[in-house]
Amino acid sequence: MRIARRGIRPRSAALVLVCSLLQAPAGANSTPWSGTLGVEARLFASSPRDPRQHDHNLSVFLEPEFYREWSGGRDSFTFVPFLRLDQHDDERSHGDIRELTWLRAAREWELRVGVRKVFWVINQTDLVENIDQEDKLGQPMVNLALIRNWGTVDLFLLPGFRERTFPGPEGRLRTPIPVDTDRPVYESSRGNDRVDAAIRWSQVLGDWDVGVSHFSGTSREPRLLPALGAQGTPVLIPRYDVIDQTGLDVQATKGNWLWKLEALRRSGQGDSYTAAVGGFEYTFYGIGGTARDLGVLLEYHADDRGVDAATPFQNDLFVGGRLTLNDTQSTELLAGAIVDLDGDGQFYNLEASRRLGERFVASIELRAFVDVPPSAPSFGLARDDYAQMEIAYHF
Amino acid sequence: MKKWLILIPLWILFLPDAWAETPEEKGLRLAIEMDHRNEGWVSQEADMRMILRNKQGQESIREIRSRTLEVPGDGDKGLSIFDTPADVKGTAFLSYTHATRPDDQWLYLPALKRVKRIASANKSGPFMGSEFAYEDLTSQEVAKYTYKWLRDEPIEGRDCYTVERYPAYENSGYTRQIAWVDKDMYQPLKIEFYDRKNALLKTLTFRDYKQYLEKYWRADVMDMINHQTGKSTRLLWSNYQFKTGLSDRDFDRNSLKRAR
Repeated sequence: MRIARRGIRPRSAALVLVCSLLQAPAGANSTPWSGTLGVEARLFASSPRDPRQHDHNLSVFLEPEFYREWSGGRDSFTFVPFLRLDQHDDERSHGDIRELTWLRAAREWELRVGVRKVFWVINQTDLVENIDQEDKLGQPMVNLALIRNWGTVDLFLLPGFRERTFPGPEGRLRTPIPVDTDRPVYESSRGNDRVDAAIRWSQVLGDWDVGVSHFSGTSREPRLLPALGAQGTPVLIPRYDVIDQTGLDVQATKGNWLWKLEALRRSGQGDSYTAAVGGFEYTFYGIGGTARDLGVLLEYHADDRGVDAATPFQNDLFVGGRLTLNDTQSTELLAGAIVDLDGDGQFYNLEASRRLGERFVASIELRAFVDVPPSAPSFGLARDDYAQMEIAYHF
Repeated sequence: MKKWLILIPLWILFLPDAWAETPEEKGLRLAIEMDHRNEGWVSQEADMRMILRNKQGQESIREIRSRTLEVPGDGDKGLSIFDTPADVKGTAFLSYTHATRPDDQWLYLPALKRVKRIASANKSGPFMGSEFAYEDLTSQEVAKYTYKWLRDEPIEGRDCYTVERYPAYENSGYTRQIAWVDKDMYQPLKIEFYDRKNALLKTLTFRDYKQYLEKYWRADVMDMINHQTGKSTRLLWSNYQFKTGLSDRDFDRNSLKRAR
């Protein structure tokens, strides 16, 4: 098992102690602890390409959360450790500190110090969790938000780089040649000690929510370079370049329509390039006189590196539907397909979830990769169609 | 709706006989009076317990803390924080309600650490799977409806004005509502909701009104019964507090992100 956060273990242990001390004067009606405990099963449709891989996998995870606030809610402390144990993949058995933050809020500013997740580029992807890249590793940061009439400016100082996690040789949903995460290469002479910085301005302008950001530092997205492993076997090693990236995100909310555009310009990782995703979600509310809503989604992904891009999303169309039952169990279903318009295959995805009783949530994920040619960046997934079932207990 | 407050009494002065008002004029006058009597509470905080009951009588509980800021001349700003069910704990909902144009709404999802602007065209959609629609729970501005006084009729021994009102905003699930407004409190005791086909859909009953700051009446219990599905939702309100020092800053996207 690997502790994903290297090098800051002693400090986090000290803070765990601080947490348990803080726990003592718990509020009259609520415990400061909550969280999720889950069991996940994955079944793969095809036999693996690599004999070290497996046809099915079981795994459990625990994500407790400690939260305390004082001075009338102006100060707060949050601690969210995360632990997963995986049946087969030693790299997927991992722990992380998702959050360990002190927050001070004032009228015109908010200061956050510690380990946190913010939704955009500055968090590293915890790729062993899920290929959808929505799971992120906690990032150490100092974040000052300046709140003004003309918008909010977030300033980030990011000490301590987090390496991306990759499935190990026994894990599915990986590159055909496994990634050796023990030998990362950094462009920066300071390696993973480089202090990165980011700034973001965001504002609401009527129906429009707008954000402009800039990031300067070690890219969270590595390039994967071929190399030889310890026993002379081929491996991929991640190379982390120093990049500058400017981003724009816009959402327009007009009646039943949500229009979205996210664009970025990146330099420092080969030639400079521009990538963008834009699209809409149109929702039919109360379909057929019921309480159910049906959303129709269309998104286009572009990358001006074209087929040379390391990403599978360089000229791709996403079409999907979101069904929300609005029932007591909060039943939801999202189905969609990503079609590569350059002939690099299609990706089909179905996700559904439903609350069981008051404390359990059951969810399923069905994913299929179709007609992926050996030249495509996602070729490693071509035999990895899978079904995932998860039961999560919330406490 | 300050503008109306100034204009209406002036306009009434120029009528040959102020008492010869039409049922529509009387309905509007009552709505303005209800609005007027509920002005000046500045900010409000309360805890809400929502009990959802299906046809078979099975219950499901949701607990929400609500904070509201009075916005003179427009709809109120609201922030709702979900405590149960456990899987949505920490989810927060921010809304800027408006009289006739669409509300602005944002949702904070703790799992994604992300504030999402959400469409507000779903006024008739159920709130948290309950029998309350979003439009039932947002602030009741005078300009949201047109009105017609029907009759005076007592309910459970209390004298009421019975007023019919017609949504003036888009995307409502109702053709009309009939409200029984208590003559002393100027607060509704009962509202009937008629669906788009003009059939009786739901009845909302208000119980256990209490007065705060010697002026503002709030019901502790609100029962919504859906006649077409047999399902019902009870709202239990507690810990009402007023003028708690909340400001615009407590109702922005930054405060939404850290609401707990």
